[in-house]
Amino acid sequence: MNALKRHHAPARFPVLAALSVAAVLMVLPFLVVALNAVKSPAEYSANGPLSLPEGIHLDGLRDFWQRVDFGRKLFNSALISGSVAVLAALLSVLNAYAIGIGRVKGRPWVLAFFVLANMLPQEALVYPVYYLSKQVGLYDTRLSVIIVFTVIQSAFGTYLLSSVLGAFPKEVIEAARIDGANKWQVLWRVVVPVSRPTLGVLLVFFFIWTWNEFLLPLVMLISNDNQTVSVALGVLQGQRLMDATMTNAAALLGVLPAFCFFLIFQRTLTRGIAMGAVK
Amino acid sequence: MSSHSKAPLLRRREYPYALFLLPGALAFLAVIVVPFLMNTGISLTHWQGVGSPKWAGLDNYRTLLDDSAFWESFRHSLAMVVAMAVLPTALGLVLAAALFDYVAKHIGTRTASVLRACFYLPQVLPIAVAGIVWSWILAPEGGALNEALDAVGLGSLRHDWLGDPDFALYSVMAVMVWVQLGFPLVVFMAGLQRADPSLHEAAELDGASWWRRFWHVTLPQIRPEISVVLLWCTIAALKVFGAVYVLTKGGPGGATNVPSYFSFQSFFEKTQVGYGSAVSTALTVIILALALVALRLQTRAEDQQR
Repeated sequence: MNALKRHHAPARFPVLAALSVAAVLMVLPFLVVALNAVKSPAEYSANGPLSLPEGIHLDGLRDFWQRVDFGRKLFNSALISGSVAVLAALLSVLNAYAIGIGRVKGRPWVLAFFVLANMLPQEALVYPVYYLSKQVGLYDTRLSVIIVFTVIQSAFGTYLLSSVLGAFPKEVIEAARIDGANKWQVLWRVVVPVSRPTLGVLLVFFFIWTWNEFLLPLVMLISNDNQTVSVALGVLQGQRLMDATMTNAAALLGVLPAFCFFLIFQRTLTRGIAMGAVK
Repeated sequence: MSSHSKAPLLRRREYPYALFLLPGALAFLAVIVVPFLMNTGISLTHWQGVGSPKWAGLDNYRTLLDDSAFWESFRHSLAMVVAMAVLPTALGLVLAAALFDYVAKHIGTRTASVLRACFYLPQVLPIAVAGIVWSWILAPEGGALNEALDAVGLGSLRHDWLGDPDFALYSVMAVMVWVQLGFPLVVFMAGLQRADPSLHEAAELDGASWWRRFWHVTLPQIRPEISVVLLWCTIAALKVFGAVYVLTKGGPGGATNVPSYFSFQSFFEKTQVGYGSAVSTALTVIILALALVALRLQTRAEDQQR
């Protein structure tokens, strides 16, 4: 081992090469899917999945798009995830304001409660939620999913924001209070504007997490008109009704939104993960 | 408490801070607490989901203890813990250290962050989409993996990766490693940024090999991150559902069934709602116990940082 290290120079290339190979292996599935999504079925069956496409055939993509009414699924996913992101951030701020700045009694217990609620497996909620939503006429509505995920996501938001607000400078709040602002005004005019970076991270996370959710939307959204991208793809795959080209088209259409989020929010995502893990 | 006493004297009609908890508390009651208690209650009954539940006491739990299918699904959970927590953490540590103090220092931070992005990419994918991608790659006929094996002359290794009971669990595990790897990597790289570089440099000057520095300097510095990541990933592994639903539906012959899918089946396919509730309640107890440990570790790690 001692002979190997000397200085970093000799081992530099092999390490970089090994890491690059590993990185290529990680993204290879995406590349292979993209290649095969633009092949015609005839080309696929003649040349197999590994050949480069001879031209760009968008038929598979178009067929799949129409077959599942993909535009509608995108709209549903965006509507549900967007509403959840905003509402859950709002709920998190209210909770965290009372816990982090108001320092309400029994604070550690309240916090522990929120964390545990976030850890709860959804399997332990799914049947009663399914049953209750049928009772109150919310079954198979996007609203039901919005309500449930607003609460689930806000549990994490409350936990994270409480510790951020716990370190909020007291003088700033007291100054605003002396100027005659009540608690509600302090929240909106002082605390929320100052916490904007953390709130941004939360919005991004809530949006993407909700977009990716599977179990509850699968159970709650059974009609075609209400399904999200994840559910529509998962259900089709489960039924195994698609040929290889269409499967790839479906996979590519599923990957693209995630890929866009990734490009837009890369910084926020990595910063947020670190924050969430260690805070 | 302390800020109350300092509030200005002339304040009229001040409502307490606890009032801000009200909307959250009500929402939690309706969406988490009541359904959770209902689920626990249902687990003590026999119920098909229609008609009125019949009181069963601990019957379902007794059945559970004797149900080999449940225990098998639970063993698969442990396999998922290996695939989603142990392996990604171990690989993530080596990758993070290599990227951080090798690539970033001697080749460039841009290269390091491009590589990190490649490893992280699967993490932003909906699990259902990851399932579609992989069930096609692993398909027995025309799947990319088998075709690739043929192409390089290893055709004898062809398998029905997800359809063969001897291979299905390992295939699902491999997919989960791919899905999960980016999370520990990103957390560890962030942790290394907070670590003190002078220790590392001192060790380097003393002639410690890369491996020794990794083991004696890097690892101890990010120990809080390691335990938190391990526990978070373990909890995620115990909850895994979407991947199993899309890749194998628990099959073939229960070879990849996990408790969460097992309870889903009991609820919506076999309409044994009481039994499904017992399974999910048992799962909850295990997860919450782990979560409590995670909380303890986390608060201790924070105290150490202060």
